[in-house]
Amino acid sequence: MAKILVVAELSQGKLQPTAVEILTRARDLGDVAVVALGSGAKAAADVLGKHGAKTAYVNEDKVFDEFLAEPAADAIEQLHKEDVADLILFGFTSDSRDIAGRLAARLGCGLISNASDITASDGGFVAKVPYFGGAKIASMRASGKPAIVLVRPKSFEASESGGSAEIKELAVSIADGSKRARVVDQVVEASEKVKLEDAKVVVSGGRGMGGPDNFPLLEALAGALGGAVGASRAVVDAGWVPYSMQVGQTGKSVRPGVYIAVGISGAMQHTVGMKTSKVIIAINKDAEAPIMKMADLGVVGDALKIVPALTAAVKAKKGQH
Amino acid sequence: MKVVKIVVTVKQVPDPNTTQSLESDHSLARDKEVVLDPGDECGVEEGLQLKEAHGGEVVLVSMGPERAKDAIRKGLSMGADRGILISDPALAGADALLTAKVLAAAIKPEEPDLVICGTESYDSSTGMVPPMLAELLGVPQLTFAKKVEVDGTTLKINRQTSDGHMVVEATTPALITVTAAIAEPRYASLKGIMAARSKEVKQLTLADLGVDRGTDSETIEGVSDAEARKAGSIIEDDGSAVDRIVKVLADAKVI
Repeated sequence: MAKILVVAELSQGKLQPTAVEILTRARDLGDVAVVALGSGAKAAADVLGKHGAKTAYVNEDKVFDEFLAEPAADAIEQLHKEDVADLILFGFTSDSRDIAGRLAARLGCGLISNASDITASDGGFVAKVPYFGGAKIASMRASGKPAIVLVRPKSFEASESGGSAEIKELAVSIADGSKRARVVDQVVEASEKVKLEDAKVVVSGGRGMGGPDNFPLLEALAGALGGAVGASRAVVDAGWVPYSMQVGQTGKSVRPGVYIAVGISGAMQHTVGMKTSKVIIAINKDAEAPIMKMADLGVVGDALKIVPALTAAVKAKKGQH
Repeated sequence: MKVVKIVVTVKQVPDPNTTQSLESDHSLARDKEVVLDPGDECGVEEGLQLKEAHGGEVVLVSMGPERAKDAIRKGLSMGADRGILISDPALAGADALLTAKVLAAAIKPEEPDLVICGTESYDSSTGMVPPMLAELLGVPQLTFAKKVEVDGTTLKINRQTSDGHMVVEATTPALITVTAAIAEPRYASLKGIMAARSKEVKQLTLADLGVDRGTDSETIEGVSDAEARKAGSIIEDDGSAVDRIVKVLADAKVI
């Protein structure tokens, strides 16, 4: 049996959902241990066990909350030396990216980043990696020892397997030299009612919205649907909306029940982050836009007229119930 | 105020506005229009703004084929001081770790106070070179910065999070990655373009750096087209579009 280590990410004491998504796949690939570092690690072990982790290595030292990347890379390196893994899996998220890169450079083993799938094959592991913003999918065999793979969030649907993890306190020593990038404050900017990644409905806007002044139209629609607002890279790069709203290859991956793309042409860079949505509705003035070819319903028309009318219709319909 | 030396890593990538294709060895076809990575343009801009505020020098470092010199020239025309290009046929298809090793070997002798990278390249999007580079240079990494402040040897950034930002602090030397929100890249002036022609771009090979090519950490076994989603129906809005959308929303049970 291959030995697999999944790195579970905690943020401000809360387990991030990517870990259980990855566990759902990893438990079919071998014997899975999980490592959780920082506040909330012990509490997370229960959920991690239910999703297939047989062992949960935990350490609740505040050093993992207070400093970026380096203490975690130290701890995982020490754990790997004691209990050698064939495969180490991370989520392709900000914190995990920082840790994985440092760890791979330290172990000299390289890695595969931005994967959308991982399977066992011929005694090793093969990852699927979107190329060109998702137009192509490369199958990459991980040849590093250990193999390290970063998996995009929402690549797998999490499900419980009913197990439980044996909790082991991970004893590690963190050198002072690793306490360098210190987190001094956490600031919430937008009082996001619904998190983009968790929203059941996402309403996203692109250049076809005409300008940032029209984004409140999308907020109103998302509000009526109990959803969240996303955006294409083009409008984020143009400074219309913050990066936190970006959906796509270099932004967030979402998998809502309904994705409404408004004034978004559907560049691969964008669609790789939303194409697994259950239902896609596109509103665009260009019938030839690539988004139309993947939408369940493509509406050719003026978004600035359709969106407010749709908001009113949704409100009216909800009011009837 | 302390004079700083800033290194900005830059990469030449296929123009995001053109269709891209693959060579038979699965590497990117480079015969297309190529540009300085838009993310790196933001890095160059941030480097220039820090230089304007604190003095010092901005050095651009790139790995790529000979023509990647054009990407460096673009940054020089924006105002960077000089460039270093590592170009070697043996580097074709280099993975993130090899790229980081090569960049580290070229950057180390420069002893920069600050290294600025984009969060990930437009074309390969691994996002792994910056943390690997930080590790190999032995400096802390402050990533996903949308705002950077330098005060003497204290570096402070606002790091993008899913609902806002965290403030992260470190002492230089350090490496930062910057998001597109950091700064609007300036246009190169005619004067800047003229001046860039006479700026130094040093070219290095793997042998110059003493880096071993090594073996790749992954092998590409095949490349296929991404699974296409089936198209549904496309309708012209003749006034009935809203009703159609509402029906789809109701069928999906979101209203």
